Amino acid sequence: MDIASGLLQGFAVAAQPVNLLWCFVGVLLGTVVGVMPGLGPPATIAMLLPLTFLMNPASAIIMLAGIYYGAKYGGSTTAILLNVPGESASVATCFDGYQMARRGRAGAALGIAAIASFIAGTVGVIGIMLVAPPLARMALAFSSPEYFALMALGLAMVVLLAGRSMVKALLAMLVGLWLAGIGTDLFSQTSRFTFGRMELLSGIDFVVVAIGVFAIGEVLANMEGREAAKALPVPKGLRNLLPTGQDLKDSRFAFANGSLVGFFIGVLPGAGSTIASFISYGLEKAVSRRPQEFGKGVPEGVAAPEAANNAETGGALIPMLTLGIPGSSTTAVLLAALVLWGFKPGPLFIGENPALFWGLVASMYIGNVMLLVLNMPLVPLFAQVLRTPAYVLYPLIIGIAVVGVYSTSGSLFDVWLVAAFGLLGYLMRKLDYPSAPLILGLVLGGALERALRQSLMMSDGSVSILVSRPVSAVMLSLALLVLLIPVFGKLNRLRLQAIEK
Amino acid sequence: MRAARADFWSGLALGGLGVYIIAQAWRWEYLGNDGPGPGFFPLWYGIAMAGLSLALVISSVRSSDGETIDWTGARRAFATWGALAVAVALLKVVGFLISFGALTFFIAGVMYQRRLWVAALAGVLAAAAFYAVFPLALGVKLP
Repeated sequence: MDIASGLLQGFAVAAQPVNLLWCFVGVLLGTVVGVMPGLGPPATIAMLLPLTFLMNPASAIIMLAGIYYGAKYGGSTTAILLNVPGESASVATCFDGYQMARRGRAGAALGIAAIASFIAGTVGVIGIMLVAPPLARMALAFSSPEYFALMALGLAMVVLLAGRSMVKALLAMLVGLWLAGIGTDLFSQTSRFTFGRMELLSGIDFVVVAIGVFAIGEVLANMEGREAAKALPVPKGLRNLLPTGQDLKDSRFAFANGSLVGFFIGVLPGAGSTIASFISYGLEKAVSRRPQEFGKGVPEGVAAPEAANNAETGGALIPMLTLGIPGSSTTAVLLAALVLWGFKPGPLFIGENPALFWGLVASMYIGNVMLLVLNMPLVPLFAQVLRTPAYVLYPLIIGIAVVGVYSTSGSLFDVWLVAAFGLLGYLMRKLDYPSAPLILGLVLGGALERALRQSLMMSDGSVSILVSRPVSAVMLSLALLVLLIPVFGKLNRLRLQAIEK
Repeated sequence: MRAARADFWSGLALGGLGVYIIAQAWRWEYLGNDGPGPGFFPLWYGIAMAGLSLALVISSVRSSDGETIDWTGARRAFATWGALAVAVALLKVVGFLISFGALTFFIAGVMYQRRLWVAALAGVLAAAAFYAVFPLALGVKLP
């Protein structure tokens, strides 16, 4: 199927009234989630995942993806009005966005952020459309050794950029692999790490871990503080939210820079939107004719990181859909969602499920238009979300988490597990263990073990199969190089700079 | 608490987990006629976990870094988790609506020190909202 006919089929799916409705619900929820500091897209998607089992998969993935990219739009609101990023990817937006708001230009900053997000979101979708099908065709030639090597490389990349300490990131990933191994081994029917509990024979549900670590963990971390920050006022009226012609002229390169940088960084596992937004901001400052003005409230300082942050979404979906390799926590949750609905993301995914893939792509075009329409006039309304009292919000999140998990399995044991993983998620934050490698280890653990064992079956137990095939040899060498970066002082300093910024 | 000390204890705990994984994997088949057995993969990640934990413990002992972890707000987080655990334990006895209402009351009244009637109202309204949305509107069974 060529791109044009695929896209036509996609629009036929996405334009169905029910899918338009779920797309709207997704982007609206995403914006609200993005506005709220402390509640991120992975937590929201994980919490809502059990409810999507009642939905048609196309509608469900359209809604969940809407939350993902909608949150990127919403994240800028708190960054600009509060100097508090709604999510980590909006940190760079704070630098100039908040300064613009302090100078009475909050409306223009919010408008620039919305326009940058729209342009970049659209570029990201075009990128998926052009890159995903050929990449999937290329991956069709992969066998178990290549898959093992690819997953190992993906995990190594995530570990590289997940936190300051690579040892801690690796340990978090290994805990994820262990959690994935709990249950009955499908090759030999041996029960592993079940502690004699019947409930663990079928393994630990990904949803339970994701909800615990992200949703409950975030609530516990937010419970530490009592006071909320005070937001700057939002100008009333659409006219006051529109940037001037000069603002748009100043930002034109930033729109392009952010869109391209964000998309390409999104394709790389592990880098993520935070790094994309910082690189784009740095690049914009480096090529600017007025670098000394950055940090004092220039519109291009808002446009570049916001564009990168949004274009990254499109890039990040590509390895998830075409190779079955997620590069971040959110795409890991989306991958788990597809698997739970009975799909197998990978090279055959697009060919076997054209309506779902192209429906998702088309819905992202529509969703980006919805977000632009929603965000420009409704920013003052979204800013009101910040007034939700914490003593109402946090119990609601806990309640949704508990009901969500119980509705999937009907097991109180799983509710206990959610509480336990919530505590684990909180302690990981306090002790500086990144959660992304744990989640990716859990998501990929089963497939990684299967690919390794199948590879060794193909070679009668000889590990040389992993290095004798060129593609897997190259990928494993790259994974090894990535893991050795801390040994090289200069490269490690660059890595730490990227993370700490 | 110094970050190095926290690393020491977390490294020790993860080292224990690594040793447990190795001990368990040792009992399962490593390589059979059909290829790697159920013990193959866990043995290797168990060894990796034990080794990396040891590295973390050693580096924490040798560390002269004065960085500290701020535990001042942690009491509130642990209290909330304790309340959640009690609410989960009560699910079987009193059902979701009462235990969740009580949890909301605790968070509003104790953690955020709202007036008693505000906390009680928050608890009742939150429970009522869940009843309206999940069993009534969505047909989802509550615990």
